[in-house]
Amino acid sequence: MEEIVQFNLNGRDTEITIDPTLTLLWVLRDQFGLTGTKYGCGIGFCGACTIILDNEAVRSCLLPIGDVAGKKVLTIEGLAVNGKPHPIQKAFMEHDALQCGYCTPGMIMHAYGLLLKNPEPSRQEVIDGMEENLCRCGAHIRIIEAIQSAAREMKKGQ
Amino acid sequence: MRKRATPKNATGQGHSVSLKRRDFFKLLGGGIILYYSTWDPSELLALPLAQRRSLPADYNAFLLIKEDGTVNNYTGKIEMGQGVITSLAQQMADELDVTFESIHMVMGDTALCPWDAGTWGSLTTRQFSHYMCAAAAEARAVLLEMGSEHLGLPLDELRVKEGVIYGISDPGKNVSYGELAKGKRLERYLEVKPAVKKYTEYHYVGDSMRHTDAWEKVTGKARYAGDMKLPGMLHARILRPPSLGATLVSVDTSEAEKMEGVQVLRDGDLVAALHEQPDMAAVAVVRIKAEYSFDEKDVNQDTIFKYLLDAPSSGREVARSGDLKEGENMSDMVIESEFHDGYVAHAPIEPHTALAHVESNGVTVWASTQSPFGTQDSIAALLDLELEQVRVITPFVGGGFGGKSPHQQAVEAVRLSKITGKPVMVAWTREEEFMYDTYRPAAVVRIRSGMTRSGKITMWDFSQYFAGSRGSDTIYAVPHALTMGYDESRGGPRVHPFATGAWRAPGNNTNTFARESQIDMMAARAGKDPLQFRLDNLEDQQMIGVLKAVADKFGYSPAAGPSGRGIGIACGIDAGTYVAHIAQVQVDEETGKVKVIRVACAQDMGLCVNPQGAILQMESCITMGMGYALSEDIEYEGGKLFTKNFDSYQIPLFSWVPEIETVILDRQHMPPQGGGEPAIICMGGVIANAIFDATGARLYQMPMTPQRVLEAIGKAKEI
Ligand code: FES
Ligand code: FES
Repeated sequence: MEEIVQFNLNGRDTEITIDPTLTLLWVLRDQFGLTGTKYGCGIGFCGACTIILDNEAVRSCLLPIGDVAGKKVLTIEGLAVNGKPHPIQKAFMEHDALQCGYCTPGMIMHAYGLLLKNPEPSRQEVIDGMEENLCRCGAHIRIIEAIQSAAREMKKGQ
Repeated sequence: MRKRATPKNATGQGHSVSLKRRDFFKLLGGGIILYYSTWDPSELLALPLAQRRSLPADYNAFLLIKEDGTVNNYTGKIEMGQGVITSLAQQMADELDVTFESIHMVMGDTALCPWDAGTWGSLTTRQFSHYMCAAAAEARAVLLEMGSEHLGLPLDELRVKEGVIYGISDPGKNVSYGELAKGKRLERYLEVKPAVKKYTEYHYVGDSMRHTDAWEKVTGKARYAGDMKLPGMLHARILRPPSLGATLVSVDTSEAEKMEGVQVLRDGDLVAALHEQPDMAAVAVVRIKAEYSFDEKDVNQDTIFKYLLDAPSSGREVARSGDLKEGENMSDMVIESEFHDGYVAHAPIEPHTALAHVESNGVTVWASTQSPFGTQDSIAALLDLELEQVRVITPFVGGGFGGKSPHQQAVEAVRLSKITGKPVMVAWTREEEFMYDTYRPAAVVRIRSGMTRSGKITMWDFSQYFAGSRGSDTIYAVPHALTMGYDESRGGPRVHPFATGAWRAPGNNTNTFARESQIDMMAARAGKDPLQFRLDNLEDQQMIGVLKAVADKFGYSPAAGPSGRGIGIACGIDAGTYVAHIAQVQVDEETGKVKVIRVACAQDMGLCVNPQGAILQMESCITMGMGYALSEDIEYEGGKLFTKNFDSYQIPLFSWVPEIETVILDRQHMPPQGGGEPAIICMGGVIANAIFDATGARLYQMPMTPQRVLEAIGKAKEI
């Protein structure tokens, strides 16, 4: 029961002929080779698979590819423009906000979605907003700092 | 951001690891030195012969200087977030006299890297780097000899800067390492091996360096095992039993086989559905029908402690001093306690994953593992191949914490690839990760301790059951002490209902929780401030040093507990490193919820190669440690696990993160010790003691869940 699914992926219009019930996570990783989006739990509880769907951070492990038809998908690979890191990526590097790095793409994408909604979050708002993204390495304290500093940087850049 | 962390009192004794530690022994003449305190040597000697390999003597195994002057630095260690990709490069650059930027790390590839037992036990810096630096020192000396001949200048007329050898009086005469080595191995060896540099000669070591893998990791380019792809690759989903200990009796794969593109494979008890699409393999595997027979242990999370105490295990004496009877006679007060600790999962966010390709002439495996060479051993034995025919490549590892030393997933991928002849990816689901985790063992610790009225400890009788002996030392100056270990079956299925193994600072979290809780109880009974009580009973200057440093950092003011402030103290030793913590908590006496608000931690780790990296590890330990202390618990009935995913296994969240302050003592003239594990060992004890200080309630069991906290508060009120 394959279908043609058309959507915008990292700024480019794309189409793929595929079983629309397959999850976006595996289609991204397997069909498009975009392996920055990670599997961590498969049930929406860790956030490793977070991507941006039409300006909203969502978990791709629970999203059938059919549901993204006509929408815009942004993954970690689409964030840096021409090799120039996005301010959130830069802040994660500057603050050493990662260790094993496995949760990092999901953290960054979730933070991106958060800052779209609330460009000047307080520390508490960052914590509340990031609460459901898991990091086992305990990089949390630096992730909070990185997001706040990215927000300041993005504000300056406007 | 390279801030020079200049030591105030570097004496220049140098970095040559002097192995001053009391207990060490040489293993098999291979030059691998293991500290007794790190890993039980009896475990090592029990390793099958195939695994007894040693580091190569040829320094070329550790490095290759390329024509352009860049240096490949080979290590069998792997990078899983602990930051050795950066600290090893710092050490190599310094020893060789090249720039940090010119070092290219090649890690965990059995075809390219020198053999290594595995990345665990905080041994990379304190053990491996010693050999690596010695190799670099020899390479540097050989290059200088070659440079001397090339330039026609005597050795003492030469100096090296950033990989270029210059004439001292005529800098116009120069030749680079790259020109001399030409990307080939160096064929000259020195009779007398040169000494490694002294600490004062280091340039990068001791500097805070940001991790060099950050760019790849923030852009999604960093490759983990599951990100690999080969033409024709199939994704496998393996049929799993409903519980551990269940045996497959019959299986019906017909429904699954009807699915287009699905291949069902069977090799003994290994049954799997394979498909090009991982989602499809997952759909197929649930269509396989299977029957099992069950032989389960009658035990669950409530009965486990009695079960462990009843399990047969002959105790072994770990340490003894004086005579307990005499100690008891000297005591005015004796306190007897029993502490419990449940099973704790490793739960790295990346589950075990491996891609295997079995071909006619050999096997290549990309594995998420802490032991690439151990994986190589297992696979070679499985397929009856020469070691050289098995290449294990370790890409970035998404967290390990001890849980990725076993490599069952790689063996499964190899078995399946052998049948199909195609590359096979086995990426465990989170449920499989929980099922086959090698849990931190549930354990019991019993302590009887005595002291004089003035608060001098006179007797210490400590027994741990199945925790492991690491960290069970008394550490306090007690005239009459005995430490026993009833832990012979640790890791074995003989006692535990499922597999157990090393978990970040194995044994030490449980043992330190028990010891430091007991000490706190004694301090309170003596009516003394818990910091002063510890200082009064310590002779070890390093321990006294970290306690004073952490008190200073925290701004601690003395008070006997429970003071109502919610401040706790704990200290301990792990991997040669001394740590002390002070934490402050808030306890909601209605709900039993504990919130950690502040944690200060002081660490004495000898030479600190990368202070920034060390601080990250301390923060990591403090954050992760709150989980085993407060919430990480599994529910089970025999081998059936009810905790299967992050919906029911609660690891620390953003809202838990306390204010964290760290201090690393200035010991740059001492040999480097472990950094990845020590700061986690006190988290149970420090939080338990802070809860006591807040409420007067004593917790004897981890995790200290709201329910257990409420119960303890209830008991405290009864008294
Ligand atoms: S993999 Fe999607 S939330 Fe965990
Ligand atoms: S950095 Fe390892 S899980 Fe977050």
